Amino acid sequence: MARTEKRIRVLMAKPGLDGHDRGVKVIIHALRDAGMEVIYSGLRQTDAQIVAVALQENVDVIGLSVLSGAYMGIARRLMARLAEEGLDDCLVILGGNILERDVAELKSLGVAEVFNHHADMAEIVSYIRNNVVAGAA
Amino acid sequence: MVKAGDNGAKKERPIREAAYNSGKPVPVVYGPDAPDAAYREKLGAPGEYPYTRGIYPTMYRGSLWTMRQYAGFSTSADTNARFHFLLGNGQTGLSMAYDLPTQLGLDSDDETAQDDVGRLGVAVDTVEDMAGVFEGIPLERVSVSHTINSTAAIIQAFWLIAAERQGVALEKLRGTFQNDMLKEYIGRGTWIFPPRPSMRLVADIIEYNAKHCPRVNAISVSATHIAETGATLAQDVAFPILNALAYIRELTGRGLHVDDFVPTMSFHLSVGGGVGPFNLLESIGKLRAARRIWARTMKEKYGAKNPKTMQLKFSTGNCGSRMAAREPLNNIVRQTLFTLAAVLGGTRSVNMACFDEAFEIPSDESIRTALRIQQVIAHESGVADTVDPLAGSFALEAVTDQVEEEIQAIVDDYESRGGIVPFIESGEIQRLLARQAYEHQQKIAAGEQVWVGVNKFTSEEEDRMSAGEGLYEMDDSTLEKQKARLAEVKAARDAGEVAAQLEQLQRTCESKENLVPCLMEAARARLTVGEMTEVMRGVFGSYMEPSVV
Repeated sequence: MARTEKRIRVLMAKPGLDGHDRGVKVIIHALRDAGMEVIYSGLRQTDAQIVAVALQENVDVIGLSVLSGAYMGIARRLMARLAEEGLDDCLVILGGNILERDVAELKSLGVAEVFNHHADMAEIVSYIRNNVVAGAA
Repeated sequence: MVKAGDNGAKKERPIREAAYNSGKPVPVVYGPDAPDAAYREKLGAPGEYPYTRGIYPTMYRGSLWTMRQYAGFSTSADTNARFHFLLGNGQTGLSMAYDLPTQLGLDSDDETAQDDVGRLGVAVDTVEDMAGVFEGIPLERVSVSHTINSTAAIIQAFWLIAAERQGVALEKLRGTFQNDMLKEYIGRGTWIFPPRPSMRLVADIIEYNAKHCPRVNAISVSATHIAETGATLAQDVAFPILNALAYIRELTGRGLHVDDFVPTMSFHLSVGGGVGPFNLLESIGKLRAARRIWARTMKEKYGAKNPKTMQLKFSTGNCGSRMAAREPLNNIVRQTLFTLAAVLGGTRSVNMACFDEAFEIPSDESIRTALRIQQVIAHESGVADTVDPLAGSFALEAVTDQVEEEIQAIVDDYESRGGIVPFIESGEIQRLLARQAYEHQQKIAAGEQVWVGVNKFTSEEEDRMSAGEGLYEMDDSTLEKQKARLAEVKAARDAGEVAAQLEQLQRTCESKENLVPCLMEAARARLTVGEMTEVMRGVFGSYMEPSVV
């Protein structure tokens, strides 16, 4: 397949004020070991900053990590801004401290998948591989 | 065996009665019949150098450790109610959680703060919020621990003024400000300014408190966040010690001697955090080794004469990375083990993550259970009846020596290369911990490290907590309530005075003067956290994270 020749580009981002970054760094290591190209935003990024980097770096995936519980407002604003910028085909996944009861609403906003506590690193890798739109970039 | 603690127990502090099941009295402490040189050098009686067996002669027979669960959310009124609830349930100190905007110097009406006002802690914008949190709580009697770092100088000013309004003299106040900026760059992430001006702020508070409110610990050099970021057991003591030595150099650089200020420094050590397997004996040994290393370092390398400088005083806790989301009630057993390690290691205070840590900030039920764990250990286990009861065990003494060697090797390595600060600035420490956290996760994923209920002995049971049942629910009206409160305070201020205070603050930031008195004046004039931080940022600049992954 042609897709396997092009490396998948991922932006891993920490939106909002949350400073918990152990998880996001673990996932960055796992995605790199799986052969993906990963850019890390650093802490405390606004949705405007995240979308700007996503555009500039031409990424296939945006991975958001939120452990503060403030994910709903973040997802709502970020998904709206992505749509405005025409980045609808970017695969957005969310990880961290997410309550099951909120998953349906997050998906209705356009978040493709939610990876909660104890999500398996291998499961995240294979989800990205299977769901990145071939040739989107 | 004799009751070796009797000589130390002559102090005025009354000794709690304790008896075995047989009715025979429990000695305060056991020790060798005739202490030899090796015993005195390595262990010593409790309360004696090098304090391996504890910094007090009678430890928990004199008074139990402080039971202090981390709490705070929404507005000052809500947090005030939670504090009354905890004190009413027998908690003996308070530990205050501030929301992220307060920790990051943002007012509740700041646009970037809107998702987080009152979410993970209480929103404190001005001294009025602080006064509200402690309404009906006598600060003369209740000690308060404050988890605040970048804005610690501002928040401490609010607290001192709130105490002043209660009529409490500064020298009578008891509490702790975390004020440990270096670990924010390593792992906790609530940095604002670059490391150098942050070091000045940390040192300003230490210098001020040592002179004016010596019972308010000016810093809690923290291991827990470093552990949870991905440190090994030896690193989670070595890195905080290295951070403490960096702060100490900042103050000795001002012409102070360690005896002038180290007694106002405290530590928050980790039990049950970090990477790699948890081991009860090794964790107890670690706490004992930490005390020995600190005593020797202060006495032999820094010429301390005051025993208080040599006594490592620490609280103990963890941030919950081992609190599983699957079968969360199992976490109660984990916290019992961690608390037991802390107590057998001679901690002065315990706060542990709650069993629902993986989901939300604690519910009333989970925070009460966390407190009950401590109370059961204190009153139903007997481990608090004898000081350092495991001393002399072949296994424990061997593991204490082993961990001591590991910690000392790391400390010596970085100290010989100029101390830890440059390695934090370059991101080297952060890179190391991130790599170790990943390796830990790989071992969990592969089942090489057992996590009961998660990667071994698992069930298919749908958990009530995953569905959100029984969890703390954030009050949706918090943001609006807090914004209204802030607007009210702002409207009542004298604009001329506010401007004058801001100007004075800027001048003081630009000078080398201690910032604490100036911030107290600003607090009195009801300047906000955001206003003061903005001025400081203008002078100090903003921190840029180095690339660490």
